[in-house]
Amino acid sequence: MPDTYDVAVVGAGIVGACCAFFSVRRGMSVIVLDRGGLVAGTTGSGEGNILISDKRPGPELDLALLSTWLWRELAAELSDEFGDFELEEKGGLVVAGADGDLAALLELAEGQSAAGVRHVAVDAAGLPDLEPYINRDLAGGVYYPGDLQVQPAGAVAAILAAARSAGARLSLHEPVLGADVDPDERVIRVETPHQNIRAQQVVNAAGPWAANVPGLAGFTMPVSPRRGYILVTEPVGELVRHKVYTANYVDQVASDDAGMRVATVVEGTPAGTILIGSTRDRVGFNRAIELDALRSLASGAVRLFPVLRDVRVIRAYHGFRPFSPDHLPLIGADPTVPGLFHAHGHEGAGIGLAPATGHLIAELLAGDQPSVGLAPFDPARFFAAEVSHATA
Amino acid sequence: MRRRRRAESTDTQSLPRTESFTFDGAEIPFVPGQSIAAALLAADVRVTRITRGSRPRGLFCGIGACFDCLLAVNGQPNVRSCLQPARAGDAVQTQRGAGDEQRAVRDQYPLGGSDRRTVGAEVVVVGAGPAGLAAAVSAADSGADVVVVDAGQAPGGQYLRQPAGVPPAAAADHDDAAGVAYSRALAHPRVRILSGHQVWACGLDHGRPVLQVTDTPGDADLEIRAGAVVLAPGAYDRVLPFPGWDLPGVITAGAAQALLKSDGVLAGRRLLVAGTGPFLLVVAAALAEAGGNVLAVVEANHPSRWLRRPLVVAGSPSKLLDAARYLRILRRHRVPVLAGHAVTEITADRQDLRSVIEGVDEAWRVRPGGRRIVHADSVCVGFGFTPSVDLAVNLGCGLALDPLGNVIVTVDDLQRTGVRGVLAAGEITGVGGAIRAAWQGTIAGLAAAVAIGRLSETDCVRAAAPARRHVLREERFAAAMHAVYPVKPGWWDRLSPQTVLCRCEEVTVGRIRNDFRAYGADDLRSVKLLSRIGMGPCQGRMCGSAAAAVLAAESGQPPDLLPVISRPIVTPIPLGTLADPAAPR
Repeated sequence: MPDTYDVAVVGAGIVGACCAFFSVRRGMSVIVLDRGGLVAGTTGSGEGNILISDKRPGPELDLALLSTWLWRELAAELSDEFGDFELEEKGGLVVAGADGDLAALLELAEGQSAAGVRHVAVDAAGLPDLEPYINRDLAGGVYYPGDLQVQPAGAVAAILAAARSAGARLSLHEPVLGADVDPDERVIRVETPHQNIRAQQVVNAAGPWAANVPGLAGFTMPVSPRRGYILVTEPVGELVRHKVYTANYVDQVASDDAGMRVATVVEGTPAGTILIGSTRDRVGFNRAIELDALRSLASGAVRLFPVLRDVRVIRAYHGFRPFSPDHLPLIGADPTVPGLFHAHGHEGAGIGLAPATGHLIAELLAGDQPSVGLAPFDPARFFAAEVSHATA
Repeated sequence: MRRRRRAESTDTQSLPRTESFTFDGAEIPFVPGQSIAAALLAADVRVTRITRGSRPRGLFCGIGACFDCLLAVNGQPNVRSCLQPARAGDAVQTQRGAGDEQRAVRDQYPLGGSDRRTVGAEVVVVGAGPAGLAAAVSAADSGADVVVVDAGQAPGGQYLRQPAGVPPAAAADHDDAAGVAYSRALAHPRVRILSGHQVWACGLDHGRPVLQVTDTPGDADLEIRAGAVVLAPGAYDRVLPFPGWDLPGVITAGAAQALLKSDGVLAGRRLLVAGTGPFLLVVAAALAEAGGNVLAVVEANHPSRWLRRPLVVAGSPSKLLDAARYLRILRRHRVPVLAGHAVTEITADRQDLRSVIEGVDEAWRVRPGGRRIVHADSVCVGFGFTPSVDLAVNLGCGLALDPLGNVIVTVDDLQRTGVRGVLAAGEITGVGGAIRAAWQGTIAGLAAAVAIGRLSETDCVRAAAPARRHVLREERFAAAMHAVYPVKPGWWDRLSPQTVLCRCEEVTVGRIRNDFRAYGADDLRSVKLLSRIGMGPCQGRMCGSAAAAVLAAESGQPPDLLPVISRPIVTPIPLGTLADPAAPR
């Protein structure tokens, strides 16, 4: 155990795991802390989506394309030694109920295509070839062969195991109680119930709890929890083959409304169950079950796949996505605390964007030029807004 | 196909088996009211499905908790054959994997949702066993209108389970508190019993309990807004995993009893009864009396420890007489009771189950020597009971661990759970038997009447006093019972890595141990997310506490059980029922 770590990562979810993995691979000494056990937070509550189909052309799409490439690399490199995490070339199918929606979908796809995203336009008659049980009344859709799915808990376990085998330390059930910066020594001291950890640089990867880490929230953080429910059916096998979602999904993800928003997402899993999402509301860390949300999800699912009427829901769960006001993650240095970096605010795209986030954070920590322009993700954008707001 | 010898001492025996359904094309006769699983067993069919991992499975828990007896009925897979009444002309099929090949996809599906109704009720009782029926009677006697929601096809629960297909009798063989509650509840003008219905979700709306109720097929969609709720869902058999526990023909002791009581079917011709607890004697005696050849009762603990508690035994003379009666029956049928022994492994040997019986010490570690082999066609296992706390968890009731490691609901002297308007009675407040359950129910019914303003608290306390004395006496006995029949840690250390732990998802003991050692998965949520343990249809009912024990043996720390007992969806509900009829297309 070094006297001073190069990097302490707070949060052992998928983003923290990737930050640790890519940092330790660059030769840094790394410790990862989490107040809970393995996959205790948002990573354990998601569907494992690695999507490019829902990203509008721009910085997030560039990040997603890098991340998809890194996911394939990780699977190829880690699966044999550290455990298979079911990376699946699943393909996404976005469908539209009306001709107007379809036109908008095709327009989005054309724009993505310029950025290098492969897609196939599917007319109404072509939908059953991709999804035999889909509602025959849909106008059509767009198929994205590059959308992937992963088993997130397995991925975190494998990536953390790989990081540990390369020398990183993982300390679970170790909450951060406070932190302070020693500017002379250029060191951040992180206090936990068990020890005081010294690190030259600290990465806040605490997801929706990023604003609540004592001493490491940095400037007043804009990240807040955005709740989502998922229904899980009994195992049924191959009724749904791709990730299928409705045209309004992209809009709902981009919505700023704090009230309940529903966009139907239906997908099968290697375990034979079907996952049904997605809801979004911002009600703090409220864990109450909302029957109306579950009914909306069911309604959307049977509209897309009438065959699901006879299929039973066996479980329901929820999680909290880290909501960022402009729907872009915070990746980069804190504008007020030297040595503190942020890696959170990915909302529902955290699994997909984690490897790129970890890769870029490792480049920043090593003092290298990031391989993707990070200006749009710079946490300082919110700080600047706050300062101008305060002085206005 | 050989016809299984049917039980002789039950009423259904005299009824003709004139109707039939088909199973994979073969005619299966049944007595009206019998479950599909019972009719199949009576026809010597033990396998209802083949898992995705190619394991044959069949009836196990017998009361709808384990989801192992799934099969396909008329093109609908995933039907629990133990709950589904047999119907003439049904086409029943073995389910393979998730049942894709058995599923009949319809050409047209209705567009609207189900017929959703919301009703109000003064007092809702969940469960029509001794606790629930007694609660219904005392609440109704206080002037309340009571609705009892019960999953069974007929009221009675497990203890008062009645033969299927015959009109409810007056529980003639039970003149105790439970039997009285049964007779009175069935006759009470203010008690309405909704059989074949289950609460699939529940919660509080502005502090008032709301229950979502469906029927066995999952078609009904009834919302009940209650003034007060009495939770009395009872318990199901606790079974510890061991190699072979998931083979068809290995069933719970409770399943064997349910088959006998309600369906008039003996689980096998040559039966072995194994595990721990006085319930094994009850079941073995019933099986022997019904004509079963009970080869042995294998009891891991030493019931002679009762002798160390002479005051408790003397305080409950009726319990002593009961035990003596069961032992007398077993002696008459020459059934040996092997104390300090356990069935440690079962393998399939053609049509038979080959059980390895070994001596175990006080910690349930295997003693060398004394290994013997018994061939049976059915092994009935039970290690006490697991209370059904799902609804209480969802309503936010206070929880605790009992001495056996079960999660139970904490209640005060008036059966109040700490959540306004929510009472709990019977096994969910700690396993203590039918008589305690009935007396607790009586108190809970009174407290429910207080909660809706039909009774003053003073009158309630006065009226509850005699019942309270009975409860306390029964609890002294229950505490002693828990001390005599514990589950010991030696069980977990010797489980082979290949032993199936989670039956639904076919997760092994070795997988849990490895996820702890390789990845540091030291809590049940992470174990569940990594291995899928407890994620199948039974939602951890069969494997939850076992997974906790295996994990604790690795980590040295008992994990929090909440991740394996938290079930917002209590019982599966079809998406078509859940879907909102008002939703635009």
